[in-house]
This record gives sequence, structure tokens and C-alpha cells, in this order.
Amino acid sequence: MGKATGRVKVQDEVFRTIGLSKVYRSGAVEVHALRGVDFTASRGEFLVILGPSGSGKSTFLNIIGGLDTATSGQAFFLDQELTAMDEAGLTRYRRDNVGFIFQFYNLVPSLTARENVQLVTEIARSPMKPAEALEMVGLTDRMNHFPAQLSGGEQQRVAIARAIAKKPQVLLCDEPTGALDSQTGVRVLEALTAVNAEIGTTTLVITHNAAVSEIAHRVIRFANGEIVSQSANSTRKRAAEISW
Amino acid sequence: MHPLTVKLLRDLRRLWAQALAIALVMAAGVATLILGVGAHKSLSETRAAYYEANRFADIFANVTRAPKSVTASIEALDGVAAVEPRIVKIALADVEGMAEPASVMMVSLPDDREPELNRLYLRQGRMPDAGSPQEAVISEGFAKAHGLRPGDSVGVLVNGASRRLTISGIALSPEFIYAIGPWDLMPDERRFGIVWLPEATLAAAYDLDGAFSNVIVKLMPGAGEGAIIDAMDAMLERYGGLGAYARKDQTSHAFLDAELQQLEAMSRVLPPIFLLVAAFLVNMTLTRLVALEREQIGLLKAIGYSSLSIAWHYISFVTLIAAIGIAIGFVAGTWLGAGMARLYATFFNFPFLVFSRSPDIYAIAAVVTVLAAVAGAIRAVSKVAFLPPAVAMSPPAPVEYRRLFGGALELSRVFSQAQVMAARHLLRWPARTASSVLGIAFAVAILVGSLWSFGSIDRMIDITFIRTDRQHATINFTEAKPLPALYSVGNLPGVIKAEPYRAVMVKLRNGHRERRVALTGKPPGAELSRVLDLSLQPVSFPPSGLTLSSSLADILGVRVGDQVEVDLMEGSRRTLVQGVAAINEGYLGLTAFMDLEALNAMLREGAMISGVHISMDENEMGAFFEAAKSTPAANFIALQRVSLQKFRETLAQNILIMVTVYLVLAAIIAFGVVYNFTRISLSEQGRELASLRVIGFTRGEVAGLLLSELAAIVLVAQPLGWLIGYGFAFAMVQGFSTELYRVPLVVNPSVYAWASIVVLTAATLSALIVRRRIDRLDMIAVLKTRE
Repeated sequence: MGKATGRVKVQDEVFRTIGLSKVYRSGAVEVHALRGVDFTASRGEFLVILGPSGSGKSTFLNIIGGLDTATSGQAFFLDQELTAMDEAGLTRYRRDNVGFIFQFYNLVPSLTARENVQLVTEIARSPMKPAEALEMVGLTDRMNHFPAQLSGGEQQRVAIARAIAKKPQVLLCDEPTGALDSQTGVRVLEALTAVNAEIGTTTLVITHNAAVSEIAHRVIRFANGEIVSQSANSTRKRAAEISW
Repeated sequence: MHPLTVKLLRDLRRLWAQALAIALVMAAGVATLILGVGAHKSLSETRAAYYEANRFADIFANVTRAPKSVTASIEALDGVAAVEPRIVKIALADVEGMAEPASVMMVSLPDDREPELNRLYLRQGRMPDAGSPQEAVISEGFAKAHGLRPGDSVGVLVNGASRRLTISGIALSPEFIYAIGPWDLMPDERRFGIVWLPEATLAAAYDLDGAFSNVIVKLMPGAGEGAIIDAMDAMLERYGGLGAYARKDQTSHAFLDAELQQLEAMSRVLPPIFLLVAAFLVNMTLTRLVALEREQIGLLKAIGYSSLSIAWHYISFVTLIAAIGIAIGFVAGTWLGAGMARLYATFFNFPFLVFSRSPDIYAIAAVVTVLAAVAGAIRAVSKVAFLPPAVAMSPPAPVEYRRLFGGALELSRVFSQAQVMAARHLLRWPARTASSVLGIAFAVAILVGSLWSFGSIDRMIDITFIRTDRQHATINFTEAKPLPALYSVGNLPGVIKAEPYRAVMVKLRNGHRERRVALTGKPPGAELSRVLDLSLQPVSFPPSGLTLSSSLADILGVRVGDQVEVDLMEGSRRTLVQGVAAINEGYLGLTAFMDLEALNAMLREGAMISGVHISMDENEMGAFFEAAKSTPAANFIALQRVSLQKFRETLAQNILIMVTVYLVLAAIIAFGVVYNFTRISLSEQGRELASLRVIGFTRGEVAGLLLSELAAIVLVAQPLGWLIGYGFAFAMVQGFSTELYRVPLVVNPSVYAWASIVVLTAATLSALIVRRRIDRLDMIAVLKTRE
């Protein structure tokens, strides 16, 4: 099942979900987090997913990121069905194809910026050099600092470098600027758009900050476990042009 | 219930596994304390009470034949409270249904009164009737070993004449609590017993009417032994006095002293280790708990709880854990203590032996344990309880890490990031890491410090029975015989080789250091009973000069080439000076040897021998035993092979008990330290590890990260544990060595291996338990939460 990760077909569609649903049960209470989501994402796309808390956007990201399982429906990454994979298959999928960016950076505090990146490159199949990844996010001169010695924005850029160093097919970001002020957040978004432009990584950014949607190719809006609207930006703003 | 009390109980329930691991370490401390101190107390108190009740003598002396009138002069000595003259002889016994010859020590009882000293404790029947010369009381151990009861009879070779004695009663005596026969390593109650007879019977048989061969003396409280011993020696010299000696040289008393010494050593070493480990486990666990609850503490202070009431809350938490540990320790200690008392009952002949359950031991154990727990808690609690509420409520400053050795370690490129991560995390909290290493090292050390003894016992056996005393049997004569007695022994059935020896009591003196020992003369080129030098080569005795065992040489403070004064207490009874010609290896007793002819020349007695060592055809044992039993000249036949077998059997039983106890103790420490260390490490790094799972690390890789820290600690602890264990073994050798026996310090490589195997197994098991938690890390939660 999860072993078929070797061959990657050249195709435009990176993600496809069909009727993806997730029901959380706690005792007698059922919570429908996702209600039949149909979705596709193409190679190189930069997508922003907007929605209020509890709208299902994080659950959606977790399932296509291989962190959670669906109750019903299907999710595909290229030609692999994520919803049919076991735990080991999903780990393999995350390891080879997905870069994650967290709201609180989640760096290893005992490792320097470079070492945090190296942690990933050591286990990846054909990674870039750690220095190269850090250069892409503009941290060459801060490489040997520990997370505690870096600002929040810098830490998030280290996290981006860590996520892209393995040259993932997709980059999944859950509120990457949620803990940052506007100015620092913009620098992080610049790093994300730069990576998207330079190596063509399909990028999904969850936020409830509507301003961020202006830098996307396409904006998806979630509410109540469903996609309520999708819109393509005819003109994208550069990250530097937005603020909140 | 107060909300903080509810919190306390819920915390305990939530952290039950960690709390239990700590409680068990405390329990081990409490149990070993109760066991060690309790056994020591019960043994020493029982002995003291028994001595008191049965008026055990303080000084003992053997003579050839002294008139009873001498008793009055001894009684008149300043400080003497009571004197009891007796006749004491060893003789062969013939017990129905027993192939090998047994020996009994015959002790006279006054005909017309109760003994003044060393009174019997009658278990069954009655004292012998002075008018019935064939009546006797026998020792309980011997009676039990042969199923003898009052009314039964036993054959004894009394001064060469075979007599049947009727058992009138069965008794115990404070003189023979540890009833070990000559040449034996452990009491063998089948082969050695005590027979108490009316004085008239023995006096008639040994021609000692109006005389005695043994005298025992009780001193007034506070009287000095030394002066009285000297005075007695002077008085008894002309009656063939073999030198008076005090309790410390009385066999039974000395063996009990040795046991007490060992118990004391145990209770000095083990309980402190456990309490120390418990204290730092408390510190480690509570530091983490308090760090996690920092904001709660701030909140509690903000709403008006005082620093002290918060500190008290956490102190109560560890006190509760200590209470659980103490309760388990009480039960385990009492249970082990009862087992120890049962074990003592098989070795020591006490009329009563109650394991001491005096409340003070329990109280001390409980107080000490609570103190250790609180000591462990204080630092952890004071870090947070006294912070201003606003500071406590804000998150703590991020932990700062440093590059190691100026970055040299990382640059070496030998280490993976996972290893660097583990190393930095370990070195970030050096005190915690060091105490964990030390804790595990203690577990290893406890095992090394207990398992080594088997190797050293093997060495004692090897040296004593395989290399030194290689004879099948030793026939000891009632009194010295001319050399031709050797040939009549040689003619007994089955005897292949016979080798004579001469043993005389002497006092060896160097300045004011003096010891009363048996000096044994051996023929040149002896092959059965040999004397080995320190490199285990047979010593060939020069025409003059002594060979002393290394322990005797140490006591006298002499080396090869030094001179020693020798007081002969038999034969010519001269005092002369001899050189120390060689030092020999010997673990049992204090021994001195010289050439047989040289000894006889010194005694001016001609060719005399005290006994014969023999080797024999094992197929003809039966015939040999049959003939030996009725050899009139012999009073004791030592059977070295039988002794060795008995020794090994007893050891085999004790080994199992001892190994089990120490394994459990070491496993408790190893488990407690590893489990708590790993749980805390997981708690600190759980978020990082879950993040790594998200970015594609497998469960195995993430577990590997955490467990590599543990592995580093456990591995570093091994050599340290071996070293500390060797130290324990060394200290024990010092603590165990007595004049009765010396324990060689032999720590075989297999001891280190086994200690490590046990600890690594315990560590692995507890790591596997934590591993289950690593597998269940919540990946989704870490995406959204700040620690």
C-alpha cells in the first residue's frame, strides 16, 4: 500500500480529494469536521486556505499531510491514495514529499539553525545542502545560532529552510505567521513565495488573516467543514506589498 | 476536601508509575535498613540475653591435668566472679545408620550441683543422674540430625574404650551456638555434636579424679581480661596449660561476631545508596513537575496562596510517595527479616531467636526516608514556590544550549544530528545526567559488590581443598603418639598414602603483639597437606624457621627474615626465638608451620606426631570408616571431601537466596532511574519529538533519539559501576576479614558481565515501557500549541 512511493508521474495534479469527510466522536457527541470535501491542487500552485476557527481547514491539511486519517472519501497525492496508507506509509510519504511549517516553528532548541536543517537532510533522499536552504530564506549569517538566540521571524525562516531542504513536492503551512507581527510575518511570506517560485513547490498556507490571500494563486474558503468558495487571483501581490 | 489535596491525589494517580518507581527505591532502602539493623539487633540481643541467662564464661583455658585446688587460686584473682573447672575431651562416636565416623565433644557436668557457668538450656528430658555413669545429655543439633530422643543411645569411644551412652536429655549451650567441628568450614551436625556427662564418668575414664582439663571463668563487670589471662597462664603452666583465651577467641562467639560484622557492613552500605538514589529521583521528577505547573503556581499565588502553602503542597506530594515506599519497605523488611531469622536458626543453635521488630528501627527507617525525600524535594520546590506570581505565570525563559567543546564535537562530523541533540540535552543538565549515571552505576555496583563473593569462595575452595589440603581424611590423635603410629594408620583398609603432622599450641610474639596459635610441623616434601607460598608454590621448610600465614604475619607485624618469640605451651615449654622463613597463603584461621623434625627438636620430644593425613581408595571408604571408628588413638577424623560437599551444598542454598535479593535490589534501582529519567526526558522533548514525527521521522527514529540519551547514560554508568562495585567488594573484604577467616578479593570478569547484563536488561525493559508512549505522541497537537 504505502510502498508505492517510488515512481512519481509527471502530471499537473498534485492533490485530489473526493468526498473527504472526517467525524470526531467523543462519547455520544459526533463532530463533523469535514463534510465531503472535493479539492485539487496543481503543481507549483500557491494556495491560501482561509476560514474561521473550527471550519475544518486544519483537519483538511492534516489529512492531506498524512497526519490524520479520513472517516470517508479519498485523498490522493499524485497517483498514491493517502487514505489507503498505513502508519508506516504515511510516515514515508511525509518524509519524502511533504514539508511542514508550524505556527510555533517547533525547532529543536538544542540544535543550531544549520543543525536543525541538517536533521532533515540526514534522512532525506536527495536533499539540498543545509547552507543552501538557509540561504534561500536569507539566514546565511545566522546559521550557527540556536533557536533561543533567534527572533520569532528568524526561527520561522529556519523552519521553512528545514521544510524545503529535502526538496519536498508540497509545503504545508498551518498559520505560519500566526505568532508574528506584520513586518516579520511579511519576511516569512517572502521566503515562502520565493521558494514556491524558485523550486516550484506546491504550497498550501492556512491562515485566518485575509490579507495573506492576496499573494496566492488561488484562495480556498472553508466554513463548517466544507469548501464554500474558491477564487483565483488574477494578479498576485508580492509579499512585501501586503500588511496587517 | 481541600482543592490542593484533591490536586495532590490526582497528581499521584496521574504520575503513579513514576511515583511507584521512586517508592520502590525508597522501599528497598527501608527494607535493607530494617533487615540489616533488625538482624544485627536481634542476633546481638539474643546472644547477649542467652549469655546472661545461662552465665556464659568470659575466659577459657585448657590444661593437661590440674588439681581442683587451683580453682580457688583463680577465684581469688581480682575481678574473677566465678570459676568452673571441667573435663572436656573430644572422642569418636558411632551412630547407628551412619557410615562415616562422627566426633563428639564431651563436657563434664558437676555431679552435685548445677554448673556455675555455661549452663545448659534443656530442650527435652532431664539432666543426667550423677549416679548413672552411662547417662548423657546431647546437643540438639546432633540429636536432630540423627533423630535421637531421650531414651535412645549412642556409642562413644571414651578414652579408647567403647561405651554406650543413654540419652537422658537434649540441650543447648551458649558455648556452642555455632557448633563447628575441628577442620570443618561449616557446622555439620551429623558429624559433630556435644555430649554432656556427669563429671564422675569422665573423671573415671580419663583418670582425672579431683582434677580438671578445662576451666572457664566469669569476670566481674568491668574487670580487665588481659591481666587475668596472664595470671591464669602463670598458674596453669605447670599443669600443661595451653594458654587461656577470651571470648573473642572462643570459636562459637567469634563466628557470631563475624556474622554481626557482616550485617553491620551491609546496613552501612545498602540503605544509604537507596536513600541517595531516591532523593535525586525525587529531585529530578519534582523539578519537572514544578516546571510544568509553573503557570498554575503563579495563578495560585495570584489568587492568594502563600509561597509556603505551595511549597507544602509539593512537599506533601513527595511525603506521600515516601509513605508508600515506607509501607512497602516495612512489609518487605519484616518479611525478609523473618526469612533471615529462619536462616539463622539453621546455622546457630539458639533456644529462641526472634527477629527484632522493635518500633525504633521502623521509626528510624521512616524518618530517614522522609528526610531523604524532602531533601530531594526542597531545591526543586524552592525554585518556583518563591517566584513572584507575575513571573511564575509567564513562561520560563527559553532553555539555552551551547555548542560542545567549542563546536569541535559537531565539526568532527562523526556524530549525527540526533547524537548531537542527545549530547547537548544531556550536558545541558549536567547534575541530572550525572546523578542518573551515578544511580545506574550504583545498581551495577550493588551487583558487583555481591556477586564477586562466589568467585572468591571458589578461590578459597580451590586454594584450601584442591591445592593445600588434598587429603581425603585427617585422623587426629587424642594425644601425641610416637612416629610408628603413622604406620598403623597406613595399614587401615583403603589407605593409599599416609602423611604425619605434629601440632602444638604456641604463643607467637613480636614485641607486644602476641597470638596463641597451633604450630604445625610437616614432613619434607608433603604431598597431601601442603603449605603454599603467596605464588601458590609448595613451601619447602628449612631446617629452622617458621612459615606464617599472611594474616598472622600481618597481625604480628613481621616479614620474612624477622624474628618471632615462640612460647611452647607443650613439651619442653621453653621460650625461644625463631626466624620467619616464609609467608604462606591461607584463608582459614591463623596458621604457623615448620619442619616436623625441627618442631620435635624444639619440643625436645623425639619423633612424635599428632595425627595423620591420608589419601585413600574411594571404593574402600566403607571398610576404612568401619575400622577408623574403633581406632582407639583417634578422637576426630576430618573428612575433607565431606566437608567440601557440605560447604558447597550450604552455599548453593544461600547463593540462590542472596542472588535473588540482590538482583531485585539492583533491578529496582536500575528500573527506577531509567524509567524516571526517560519519562522526564520525554516530557521535556515530547513536543520536539512529535514535530520530528510530523516532518517524517519514523517512530523508530524518534524513539532512537530519546533512547540514545538513555543508552549513553546507561553505558557510561557501566565502568563507573564496576569501579564502585570493586570498591564495595574491597570494603567488604576489609569488613569481613576476621581472625577466623580471610576472604580473598577476587572479582572475575564474569561478575562485571553479569552485573551489566542484569542492569542493561532492567534498563531495556523500562525503556520499552516508555517507548510505548513515544509511539503515541500526538502529532496534531504540536502543530498548534506552544509549550
